[in-house]
Amino acid sequence: MKFAGLLVMPAGFFLSLAALVLFPASNAAARAAFVLCGIAVEALGLAVAVRGHMEAEGKSRT
Amino acid sequence: MTPGPPPMLTDATFALVLALLLVAPLAVAGLALINTGLGRSRSAAQSLLGSLAIVAVATIAFALLGATLVGTSAGASHIVHFAGKPWNWLGKGPFFLAGLTAAPAQAQLELLFEFLAVALAALIPWGSGADRLRLAAGCAVAAVLAAIVFPLLAHWTWGLGWLAQLGVNFSLGAGFLDPAGAAAMHVLGGLSALAVAWIAGPRRGKFPQGGFATAMPGHNAVYILFGCLLALAGWLAFNVAGAVLWLHAPLAALPVTAVNTLLSAAGAVTATLAVTRYRFGKPDASLCANGWLTGLVASSACAAVVSPLAALFIGIVAGVITPLLVEVLELAVSIDDPSGAIAVHAAGGLWGLIAAGVFAPQPGQFLAQLVGIATLLGLALPLVYLLFWLVNRVIPFRVDPDGERVGMDLHELGGGAYPEFVIHRDDSYR
Repeated sequence: MKFAGLLVMPAGFFLSLAALVLFPASNAAARAAFVLCGIAVEALGLAVAVRGHMEAEGKSRT
Repeated sequence: MTPGPPPMLTDATFALVLALLLVAPLAVAGLALINTGLGRSRSAAQSLLGSLAIVAVATIAFALLGATLVGTSAGASHIVHFAGKPWNWLGKGPFFLAGLTAAPAQAQLELLFEFLAVALAALIPWGSGADRLRLAAGCAVAAVLAAIVFPLLAHWTWGLGWLAQLGVNFSLGAGFLDPAGAAAMHVLGGLSALAVAWIAGPRRGKFPQGGFATAMPGHNAVYILFGCLLALAGWLAFNVAGAVLWLHAPLAALPVTAVNTLLSAAGAVTATLAVTRYRFGKPDASLCANGWLTGLVASSACAAVVSPLAALFIGIVAGVITPLLVEVLELAVSIDDPSGAIAVHAAGGLWGLIAAGVFAPQPGQFLAQLVGIATLLGLALPLVYLLFWLVNRVIPFRVDPDGERVGMDLHELGGGAYPEFVIHRDDSYR
């Protein structure tokens, strides 16, 4: 689960990068929305990774 | 449009930056002391020796490979043209520092700055692995960071890298602003600390079954707090030197950068003091130290580009966030981070980068900062975790249970830092 979360995170990065290429500077709102979506995807991936860590940690408690 | 090389440094500016960079290792010394003080007494010698070893390994790895990948702001780079824009992904410096003596003054100072920065970045995860991370593993982590990951981020964020050129190529303010290494040093170090804490796991007895996390306080508050004062001198040097080297700030703008650094740290420690006083009835020394450091880390991103009032505000926010985040990471997320590096360096650095976007005057700056943050979270963290996971297969991060029980000093060095003191056993934490 931790790996799944970490694998999702680069997708958010590429989404942010795509915002720069796809939208011209004049369309700042769309650009910003796209970049924010990218960061949201990264946050989602991080949340999944953290959740995976918590589950593994709970099982290994001594 | 591809921007030209940086302006020539005058002799006075060169001398000033060189003098500042000779003071900057105090940040490394301060951090090493803080890490040692926040660990247990039976691991103190291993912690400080590890700091020395990590600085040494990081320096050598950076000289052998990292410096080549970073390149210089006036030197050649690997540029990919995509969607009609140049993307400067990788430096093309000489191998093994060849021709350094004949290099321009700016290039030599940039390299010195990066050498010191990589030492500091490599030291950050060492604190998170305190009391269970083996010395060999700490050195391997430092080598990976210094040879591969730090050079990538340093090239992207400083000089002519694609993040630094977001302003020129995509009209995003002045490009990604990170004059003193909040991203390449601190966020990278903090994310590496998270990866190390995840891979090494918590200290024995930290999270007992069916109970709350066990408090394992640092063993020497004097080391911790004196380390904070040392770190201030180093941070002032890094922030002012970074403003000259990467933002080409005029001499007249430098005192404000120093004042902002101080204000950010002061605001942060005051806020942490108030928060811990409110939460626990008395101020907490180690959390206040963390707050102070977070203020300094946040200032790395923005001290050169914001007003003094904004710097104070940024510090106060950093100081409020830090103790709460340390608590959340330990109690809610079960991450054992003895030095608080994830909250201090990763979160503090990210906050500083955001604040630089909010308070910097150029339009589009906030978006440039967000793209930089997306790069750090989306690329640096998975890459660092993957590399550390591979390293862990070859050089196991965690010491064996017996070593953890007797302490890292006895297990790895054969002798303790305080041979005349009585060392607490694990049972004392229960």
